[in-house]
Amino acid sequence: MAQQMTSMSPAAHTNGEGPTFVPPTDIFETKDAIIMHLDVPGADPESLDVTLEKRDLSISARSTGSAPEGYAAIHAEFRDGNYERAFTLSDQIDSERIDAVFKDGVLRLTLPKITPSPAKKITVKSA
Amino acid sequence: MMREYAAEGRWPDLFHQIRRAQDEMNRLFASPRFALRPEFPQINVWAGADKAILKAEVPGVSPDQLDITVHQDIVTLRGKRDPEKVDGEAIAHRQERMHGPFARTIVLPFRVDADKVSARFDRGVLALELPRPAADRPRQIKVARG
Repeated sequence: MAQQMTSMSPAAHTNGEGPTFVPPTDIFETKDAIIMHLDVPGADPESLDVTLEKRDLSISARSTGSAPEGYAAIHAEFRDGNYERAFTLSDQIDSERIDAVFKDGVLRLTLPKITPSPAKKITVKSA
Repeated sequence: MMREYAAEGRWPDLFHQIRRAQDEMNRLFASPRFALRPEFPQINVWAGADKAILKAEVPGVSPDQLDITVHQDIVTLRGKRDPEKVDGEAIAHRQERMHGPFARTIVLPFRVDADKVSARFDRGVLALELPRPAADRPRQIKVARG
């Protein structure tokens, strides 16, 4: 399985029952942004949490309710549990403009890079 | 799957079967020879007297890309997961998600009525309801004193 990049403490509300899974992630970088796609099938949209603290990005979610009541499990490959992943970002990211979309079990994050301000010319006063 | 009967009772112990299946999976993943990823999609199956329920984790796959076939007691799930579109030129730093075609076949513990199968797709999880034909359902047998 892929490695965890940092040892971030997870958000408090995902410490529920069930195992913790590491969602597989694709990371792309364009000129203006970093784009991430995380597989979080069955995640409850209310439980999705994406937090950026300085350069540490942490994502967590809970998936519940996959087992129907009153039926015996015959074959089990996935379970309800928590999704957690943390990353340390290399570029400066504009945290005000982070865009997160959850669709069809995939969390798409767009992290725009801070546009560097143009070089400032400083006038020198001669005293 | 091999049927296992608990030594003392008369009932097949399904919990035992599940535990054994999970142990086998854990052993498979823990083995140093294991170089493959888990299969895509991951599938769970539940069964009851009236129907079987199959759930498959297919995040990022649109329902029209799924090809579901049901024949007697065999369910085949085929499809294709396209990579997510990224605007403009992009460098890939990490690609852990599987892309491309996938196919999995699951054998159910009983035959189901293919005409009555219903499918739902929610938050990346496909849920199939596979009802048993009425004639196949278990019946209560009345015992007469005589």
